[in-house]
Amino acid sequence: MEQELLLKLKRKAADVRKNIIDAVFSAGSGHPGGSLSCADILTVLYFKHMNVNPSAPKDPDRDRFVLSKGHASPVLYSVLAEKGYIPKKDLLTFRQADSYLEGHPSLKDVPGVDMTTGSLGQGICAACGMAQMGKLDKRGYRVYAILGDGELQEGQVWEAMMYAAHYKLDNLTAFLDHNGLQIDGDITKVMSPEPVAAKFEAFGWNVIIIDGHDMNQIDNAVEKAKKTKGKPTMIVAETVKGKGVSYMENQYGWHGKAPNQEQRDKAIAEIDAYIENLGV
Amino acid sequence: MKKATRAAYGEALAEYGSNERIIVLDADLSKSTMTASFKELYPERFFNTGIAEANMISSAAGMATCNKIVFASSFAIFAAVRAAEQIRNSVCYPKLNVKIAATHAGISVGEDGATHQAIEDIAIMRALPNMTVIQPCDGRETKQAVKAIIDYNGPVYLRLGRLAVEDIYDNSYEFQIGKGVQLKDGCDVTIIATGLMVKPALDAYEALRAQGILARVINIHTIKPIDKEIIIKAARETGAIVTAEEHNIIGGLGSAVCEVLCDELPAPVKRVGIEDKFGKSGKPEDLINLYSLTAENIVIKAKIAMALKRQ
Ligand SMILES: Cc1ncc(C[n+]2csc(CCOP(=O)(O)OP(=O)(O)O)c2C)c(N)n1
Ligand SMILES: [Mg+2]
Repeated sequence: MEQELLLKLKRKAADVRKNIIDAVFSAGSGHPGGSLSCADILTVLYFKHMNVNPSAPKDPDRDRFVLSKGHASPVLYSVLAEKGYIPKKDLLTFRQADSYLEGHPSLKDVPGVDMTTGSLGQGICAACGMAQMGKLDKRGYRVYAILGDGELQEGQVWEAMMYAAHYKLDNLTAFLDHNGLQIDGDITKVMSPEPVAAKFEAFGWNVIIIDGHDMNQIDNAVEKAKKTKGKPTMIVAETVKGKGVSYMENQYGWHGKAPNQEQRDKAIAEIDAYIENLGV
Repeated sequence: MKKATRAAYGEALAEYGSNERIIVLDADLSKSTMTASFKELYPERFFNTGIAEANMISSAAGMATCNKIVFASSFAIFAAVRAAEQIRNSVCYPKLNVKIAATHAGISVGEDGATHQAIEDIAIMRALPNMTVIQPCDGRETKQAVKAIIDYNGPVYLRLGRLAVEDIYDNSYEFQIGKGVQLKDGCDVTIIATGLMVKPALDAYEALRAQGILARVINIHTIKPIDKEIIIKAARETGAIVTAEEHNIIGGLGSAVCEVLCDELPAPVKRVGIEDKFGKSGKPEDLINLYSLTAENIVIKAKIAMALKRQ
């Protein structure tokens, strides 16, 4: 991708990261770690690939996005705010009783949310249903979904893996946010889903392994997925949980914990320094 | 004529299936749930998910976001109980247009035994916000219910049976979601029944009449939202109630009726149903007798309810 666009996307992802920190900080709860780990993926999808229009969020021809790991709602809301679906200031109402920004994404409440998620394992199945209807109705839209690597422990995920391959849903592209951590720690110690790539392949998916923070790699993988016929694509994105905030990186303790004021300020300062470095 | 409600469901899907918005899903039971009849006519809109009920329900939800009317069928135990949380979070919470048409409800499944006999599904489905729960009593009512829920936009649990049951209604019948139907008028006691228990309720009416007791008989096909008016009116005018259902006495029709009455007009209620135990193998008719889902039991309970009224 062109350098100029790359810089723009990097800047956007940094803004998204700041939104995540502030939303979780103002809520006093929420999930920063898994939001930060897929911020680059959502940014590339929404700002380079997805055919969506914030003023027509229910357009039947739009591309769909399903955050199967629904606890990462801060990253989705932040991207939707940057994209213009919702006012940016509303992010500070996240998880409040008088807010529409529920702890987990709710399609009835938030414009731009295509599926209600939060119960792990279910979103990827809904994405299959959407892709199946896209084929039936001969609409050209594509469906994107993001799975957590801990989420793979849900048996229902593998029901979806079978389904998507069986029905040749090549309009479905899923990402695995392979950050190696879940609530209780290292995924391989809690209940190993490894080797993940071989499993997806065995289930009949086209598998692409990338660095999930390298925007060129994300971009290329999505392009390849678009060109792949007869198979759904799983992009195994090697990621760092908490990416972009030094003290959160690779710390499972930051899965579902809000920063305090001091920690929030440090996180924002780090991201600001990163932006300063980008020079855009 | 005798017909299973699941058979009528299959016929209804075939009859109304030309509606292009209708999608039918099944989890490897299409010959038993009777969705196979739709599959034959509209194979492009039928999807077998394999033996994967959780995925069937959640993918149905995704399909429903694409302006579809999605019927998802399996046995009640696997659709409503195994996939209960998928129904809750993927269907009811977002209020999506998914119809869970579950067959083989209750002990009248017969020989397959307890693992296949859902006795708790009404209780679970009824407790879900946004859910409508319907249990037809014969083939005609089933067909009309299918038509009505196609037109209704939102989640529905349609509870169907395996066993062929006698006709209750003739062709003049008109089904309306949420509207109970008075089948017999009476002033001494009211029998409120649903599904396969409507027939024994009518038999109990005759038996009671022979003894000089006039029973009112009401068919409640929509267990949620329940027709409060017809229940309150029955309590006011007859003063004693018996409920009859092929479901655990905990959480089903009997509970729903009691909830209405304790809020609005307390009256003695006796419940005929499965007495909080699992089913077992056997011929459906034998099990119905073994579990006392009979007109005789309704008569006994009616007399107890009447005695309570007099106290
Ligand atoms: C069905 C279900 N069980 C449990 C939870 C609670 N929960 C929320 S996040 C999480 C861990 C998820 O780990 P992973 O999928 O790796 O997410 P990430 O690391 O990307 O945040 C769990 C167990 C849930 N949301 N849904
Ligand atoms: Mg993880």
